[in-house]
Amino acid sequence: MAMTRKLLSIFAFLLAAASASAAWAADRFITVASTTSTEQSGLFKHLLPAFEKKTGIQVRVVAQGTGQALDMGKRGDADVVFVHDKVAEEKFVADGFGVKRFEVMYNDFVLVGPKNDPAKVTGGKDIVAAFKKIQSAQAPFASRGDKSGTHAAELRLWKAAGVDPAAGKGSWYRETGSGMGPTLNTASSMNAYAFTDRGTWLSFKNRGDLTIVVEGDQRLFNQYGVMLVNPAKHPHVKKDLGQAFVDWVISPEGQKAIADYKIGNDQLFFPNAKK
Amino acid sequence: MLPLVLDGVCFAAGGRAIIDRVSCEIGNGPRTVILGPNGAGKSVLMRLCHGLLQPTAGMITWNGRKNGRRPHDQAMVFQRPVMLRRSALANIIYGLKLAGVSRTECELRARDVLEVVGLAALADRPARVLSGGEQQRLALARAWALGPEVLFLDEPTANLDPNSTRDIESIISAIHATGTKIIMTTHNLGQARRLGDEILFLHDGRLVERALVGTFFAAPASAEAAQFIKGELPWQ
Amino acid sequence: MLLAFSEAARLIVGFDPELVAIVVLSLQVSLSAVVIATVVGLPIGAMLAVGRFPGRQAVIALLNGLMGLPPVVVGLLIYLLLSRAGPLGALGMLFTPAAMVIAQSVLIAPIVAALSRQVIEDAWREYEEQLRSLGASLFSAALTLLWDTRFSLVTVVLAGFGRAAAEVGAVMIVGGNIDGVTRVMTTTIALETSKGDLPLALGLGIILIGLVLVVNAAAHLVKETAQRRYG
Repeated sequence: MAMTRKLLSIFAFLLAAASASAAWAADRFITVASTTSTEQSGLFKHLLPAFEKKTGIQVRVVAQGTGQALDMGKRGDADVVFVHDKVAEEKFVADGFGVKRFEVMYNDFVLVGPKNDPAKVTGGKDIVAAFKKIQSAQAPFASRGDKSGTHAAELRLWKAAGVDPAAGKGSWYRETGSGMGPTLNTASSMNAYAFTDRGTWLSFKNRGDLTIVVEGDQRLFNQYGVMLVNPAKHPHVKKDLGQAFVDWVISPEGQKAIADYKIGNDQLFFPNAKK
Repeated sequence: MLPLVLDGVCFAAGGRAIIDRVSCEIGNGPRTVILGPNGAGKSVLMRLCHGLLQPTAGMITWNGRKNGRRPHDQAMVFQRPVMLRRSALANIIYGLKLAGVSRTECELRARDVLEVVGLAALADRPARVLSGGEQQRLALARAWALGPEVLFLDEPTANLDPNSTRDIESIISAIHATGTKIIMTTHNLGQARRLGDEILFLHDGRLVERALVGTFFAAPASAEAAQFIKGELPWQ
Repeated sequence: MLLAFSEAARLIVGFDPELVAIVVLSLQVSLSAVVIATVVGLPIGAMLAVGRFPGRQAVIALLNGLMGLPPVVVGLLIYLLLSRAGPLGALGMLFTPAAMVIAQSVLIAPIVAALSRQVIEDAWREYEEQLRSLGASLFSAALTLLWDTRFSLVTVVLAGFGRAAAEVGAVMIVGGNIDGVTRVMTTTIALETSKGDLPLALGLGIILIGLVLVVNAAAHLVKETAQRRYG
């Protein structure tokens, strides 16, 4: 019986601690729907403490693909959406789910591939040409295939190259249906090419034989936008707290914090909010 | 509550008649032993009397009434004792609590009865680690503590060694001496002779013969009983 | 790889604060879930074990089937319920530890109910005649059996806890794996592995395996000791 009492008191303590921490956080927090690439780059770990310190608002980031993040906003399960797919974001606002779209920062995509470079694309500055070469060489290519901003950008480039990657499904074109990290893991173990954002690549540790083979093309530009979920559609949205976050992220202070985020000596994101 | 009257009682299961039109009246006083070979239906008859089974035909009345049975004024001891995972003392208290006895009274009565059956030293031992004989003594104690009007016993010593058997038999006699009616089954002739005042001989589900113990063994009236007493295998 | 292991060991031994926070949250969630599942599951198991009613066999079959509910499906269903677009959206419980507790409770309550039903029904088979002879009602008998089979039931509860602590599908979906809020051992392992960042994942993996082993050893020990001491 003494044992039971001891266990019960341990459990009661844990439950109390859980509810205490939940209660403390309960009032001032917002839910931000963002993308796995943004989170996995480590940006939020760097950025959010500054915001939380200044405003006392806890930011809870749920990271998924861009498509799912926007869906979360449509359902009202998030207060703010922070993704990187301009076309989808503008539609989000046009359909009434978001209040206004603000540009925040950009990074770029890069093409990574095995050092032995079977498609011979290394050093090139033309991403579309590189894609064409990969298809003609039938070199293995790992794609996210998951409705994400990165995937959407990748598909636009295939289209520009006049290639239908679906034709290669199952042979050289491998869709992992997962986030950037797992896709890079797959590419690394298969020695395949992959299309990734620079941020995730810089913080990715399991590179294997992969290295950046193509970068710098204007078409690899990746714009991030932030939007407050429309309280007219979802009255429970924390519009004041959410707006505070949006305002901060595009403010000079927030923009500087973004620019200050580096891995090693490399800056990952370049702030470009309109002044 | 007594007399217990069975009127044309039948019990069938799986298409077979296990008890076949048994009628009798069992009153207070003598120790009643239901005797018969294995498979005669003794255990089923006990369970019918105690209310654990319902007859498929016929009627069982207590003191003239169909609902005359009072559960807490009867007790039964089974062939295999069933003890809860608690101490010997607690097992007896469990039975008393169910009968509505007050808390303090429970412990007093339980200790008393443990003393009488010689298990006082094992009162706090977990009941399930006791030996077979000790557990059966405990089962008897548990039944006795309830102060029942009728005590049913279904082959209580069938699994026990001779020493334990002797202990059990003397306790049964002691219980009878305090005024409790004993209704017991056995297939053991010697035990029937030692413990029975009257014999109900069951054969193949039928009550074949009923007599005082002396008469039954000296001059059995039925052929089946005579066969059984001689030790021959029945239903050739 | 070796480097990752030594890094992991360093995190564990040094009580790295992030690691500790994740482990504590995992325990809070799974322990709360197992308590709820036990409070709900044991009475259902006991009632099913001693009760007799039409359709009983169907209910038992259903319960046994629910033991195999895929965690990710449970996560999806609770997500749909708790989403703002769903019926319970007004509670605002999505992406909180409470949602994770709910999902895990739903996941393991059938396990506790089905396994306890089996345990108690086996005991009922042994005890039924004696308890009825002593005049116990069905309800009273159920309570008696719950206590009498307590050691086996502890094993059942531990099995439920093990299942909760080890699952990732349900808590990932309803919790959102939010850093510092709903990130538990299993979801962190999934995340860190996908980032290619192994030390934290390995450290947590070691702790999780350790936890599962301890829970199973405890269950075994309880059964053995009980058998020896109480019979």
